[in-house]
Amino acid sequence: MNWMQHAPALQVVAPLLAAPLIVLMRRLSWAYAIAVAACALAFFFSIGLWSQVQSTGVIAYAIGNWPPPWGIEYRVDALNAFILCLVSGTGMAVLLFSRSSNAHEVPSEQRYLFYAMFCLCLAGLLGMAITGDAFNIFVFLEISALSTYVLIAMGRQRQSLFAAYQYLILGTIGATFIVIGIGLIYLLTGTLNLVDMGQRLSQVDSMRPVYAAFAFISAGVFLKLALFPFHNWLPNAYTYAPTTVSAFLAATATKVSIYVLLRFYFTVFHLDAITPHLPLSLMLGALAIAAMFAGSATAIFQTDMKRLLAFSSVGQIGYIMLGIALFNASGLTAGLVHLFNHGITKGASFLLLGLVVTRLGGTQMSHLSGLGKTMPWTAFGLLICGLSLIGVPGTAGFISKLYLVRAALDLGLWWVALMVLLSSLLAVAYVWKFVEAAYFRPPPEQLPPSLANVTTWDMRLMALLLTLSTVYFGFDTRFTLGSAQAAAQYLLGAH
Amino acid sequence: MFEPQTLLLALVLIPALGAMLLTWAGRWPNWREAITFTTAGLLLVTVCQLVPLVLAQQTPSITLWTLAPGLTLALSLEPLGLLFALIASGLWVINSMYSVGYLRANAEGNQTRFFACFALSIAATMGIATSANLFTLFLFYELLTLLTFPLVTHHGTPEAQKGGRIYLSILLGTSMLLLLPALIAVWAFTGTTDFKAGGILAGHVSGPWVGVLLALAMFGIGKAALMPFHHWLPNAMVAPTPVSALLHAVAVVKAGVFTVVKLVVYLFGVDFLRQSGQAAWLTWVAGFSIVVASIVALQADNLKRRLAFSTVSQLSYVTLATALLSTWSIKAAALHIAAHAVGKITLFFAAGAIYTAAHKTRVSELNGIGRRMPWTMGAFGLAALSMIGLPPTFGFISKWYLVSGAMATANNFALVVIALSTLLNAAYFLPIVYQAFFKPLSPEDEHHPHGEAPWPMVLALSVTAGLTVALFFFPDGALALASRLA
Repeated sequence: MNWMQHAPALQVVAPLLAAPLIVLMRRLSWAYAIAVAACALAFFFSIGLWSQVQSTGVIAYAIGNWPPPWGIEYRVDALNAFILCLVSGTGMAVLLFSRSSNAHEVPSEQRYLFYAMFCLCLAGLLGMAITGDAFNIFVFLEISALSTYVLIAMGRQRQSLFAAYQYLILGTIGATFIVIGIGLIYLLTGTLNLVDMGQRLSQVDSMRPVYAAFAFISAGVFLKLALFPFHNWLPNAYTYAPTTVSAFLAATATKVSIYVLLRFYFTVFHLDAITPHLPLSLMLGALAIAAMFAGSATAIFQTDMKRLLAFSSVGQIGYIMLGIALFNASGLTAGLVHLFNHGITKGASFLLLGLVVTRLGGTQMSHLSGLGKTMPWTAFGLLICGLSLIGVPGTAGFISKLYLVRAALDLGLWWVALMVLLSSLLAVAYVWKFVEAAYFRPPPEQLPPSLANVTTWDMRLMALLLTLSTVYFGFDTRFTLGSAQAAAQYLLGAH
Repeated sequence: MFEPQTLLLALVLIPALGAMLLTWAGRWPNWREAITFTTAGLLLVTVCQLVPLVLAQQTPSITLWTLAPGLTLALSLEPLGLLFALIASGLWVINSMYSVGYLRANAEGNQTRFFACFALSIAATMGIATSANLFTLFLFYELLTLLTFPLVTHHGTPEAQKGGRIYLSILLGTSMLLLLPALIAVWAFTGTTDFKAGGILAGHVSGPWVGVLLALAMFGIGKAALMPFHHWLPNAMVAPTPVSALLHAVAVVKAGVFTVVKLVVYLFGVDFLRQSGQAAWLTWVAGFSIVVASIVALQADNLKRRLAFSTVSQLSYVTLATALLSTWSIKAAALHIAAHAVGKITLFFAAGAIYTAAHKTRVSELNGIGRRMPWTMGAFGLAALSMIGLPPTFGFISKWYLVSGAMATANNFALVVIALSTLLNAAYFLPIVYQAFFKPLSPEDEHHPHGEAPWPMVLALSVTAGLTVALFFFPDGALALASRLA
């Protein structure tokens, strides 16, 4: 039997089965080992799928050999192969980081459960990305969401519970909207397979329920991807979750939601049928630009670095959505490249902050003051990530910003390009806030004794790897740009 | 002997490797210094090997990496870059000698970090000099800012921290807020950022956009210290004097004005700018900077502060010369980069020597010091003549070309600015020389005898002062390079 043939199913099944196994084992070291193995398998299969898609095109896999419109189909194409690599890759880095950092951030009796929940969350996100079935998307979305609530609530602060609860309410509303939308399309077409839905939807006479479904799904996914002004759950969730969870969520959760949006827009709804009746580009663009400014501006006033980065994420999601809102090849490419680059950058920043939490006990600006002296390498890493958030040459963020501006100018929208550049000023301001604290303020008088809280080599290695990849993808754009271009062409050529 | 491409790459790699080696040898100061000298010497030799190639109309270039279409990491050496590389590497050798004397005499701490950052800064400077496109230049430009930051805050005092904060915020701020948008816009408009003779913007950008882009670029180059973005320069004077000497007379500020000239000549294109008529404002801004900075310098009592404002003013000479957009003035810009570098480094060396020998930082304390430190003050006098633009110094030649450029373009404003600032320069430099040689020592000083600074410092400043004069009598090499520009 050829294992690679079943890769689409296996890469979801591995973490999904790992979760109950971990709960049964209970031993922390076993839990960690199983989680790492499952995640490594998922990563391996993702890479395999990506390279297979590069050579052979779309891979369709029928679960249980039930042929598509009836059975569940897993469908890997240029777009989601790219997403799968991002999710499982950062998942791997975060997981390897988590062993030591959890010792400081997660209550000891819950630590093995952390790995169970992490595996569930990973399975959910990978499942959302890979499935070609609308209802299956909803199921995986709930799996990932429920496990995320638990992961956030594992934070040590009391606000973690509140943050988890807040996300639970808003996430549930979002998921409900999505399932209502899916239900409406099911009523119209009688199918749940995304490709099939798309084909049948073009023969539907009455467009009104289609618009309703479109509105429900859009609103629901906007909530999940934290598009301004639907972003309220995100700052608290990122701030109060254990740092590893923040890193994982920031790098993957919102990104997969963006993928779901693209999937519905391009595969199910025919945008040429929708856009004449709805100024979609304008609407999305306006929200995206609002997000760029509001998110970044709010970030400037934060005193907690995690919260600052969370608001910066709200702004950066705006850049991704702006690229998508242009609805042309270069815009989509820019959006997708930024999706990846921002994921990597934010993942790296949160892991570096994890080192700070472990060593100094918190991420308030007061903890960070004098970081350039107390933790010079970490401070420098955070500076690099900050430069990437601004979009300075030599970092991944530059590539995406460059393509975003180019995409806007290609359409003659010079004022949109101007907005992108102007909002970067705000990014400079919030990154400077970090620089100010780390390099121009004296370290706190009383440092925690350094032997009690040491960062271990696996944490440092993972933070270093992600930080280096922030720089690496600023130079080697073959994977990121290549995949994004292929995905954009695939999406636009799909209909 | 070596391929030109290898030599080009070596320009950046030699100082970078040197930095690694001397960090490793940090525990043995004599070895460390030996490595610094070897590296500096090797770099100078490498640059010299490239001179005949460039004079023979060749442009050695190498593409290291392609990021995206039209976006490459590439090096290439044209005459202006070679001139800049020659100045920086040549003065690095002399400055290393001076640094050793200065750091040891003043018992500075963290000397290994100092020399390592210094060598890395030179690597970044070489990168700027050899950049084949704006993207590469921007990378090295930002690197230079980051690498010189530990040098500026070397003392670690609150004052040094404050200076470092202003340094970092203005230099990073202007480059990210103004120059980076210009870089992105250039790439978006033309699909490339390569430097080409005659510029690349013609046919892609027109009307007021040219002016906007020029403004973004010129103000974005914070290192050129065009007002109102000049504050970092006087504030960076908290650094040890060798840093002020090499970085804030040669590498950093010259990287700024070098970029100004480079962008105008190779990115915008002199003819294109002249036809667009969008560069007139730059002469006004530069002229304003020249005069105002000179007036501030006139009032400064702290010697290094006076030199710093003189630098602000002299840098704007280069910008003014570039903005005039005539064949003569572009040559003047290139020559003035060299003239000011050699002259100003001498002045800073002298200031540091005075501080080391007599522990004096104020102009008003310098009465009669020339009799105790004749070599130092003699060199100071020669360099001051070069700043004013009088023979027999190199400054005369660059000013000659500048005046010719202003005449050729019939720009009366520029002529008035040059005349006025020459007077101001004389007014703030000559009294120092007069005080030093002709006024009596104050009674207090009579009781504190001192001689010259340690010999490596005196030798260094004598050599640079000698260079100022030598380049007046033998300017052919510099002229040959400058005339290949325009």
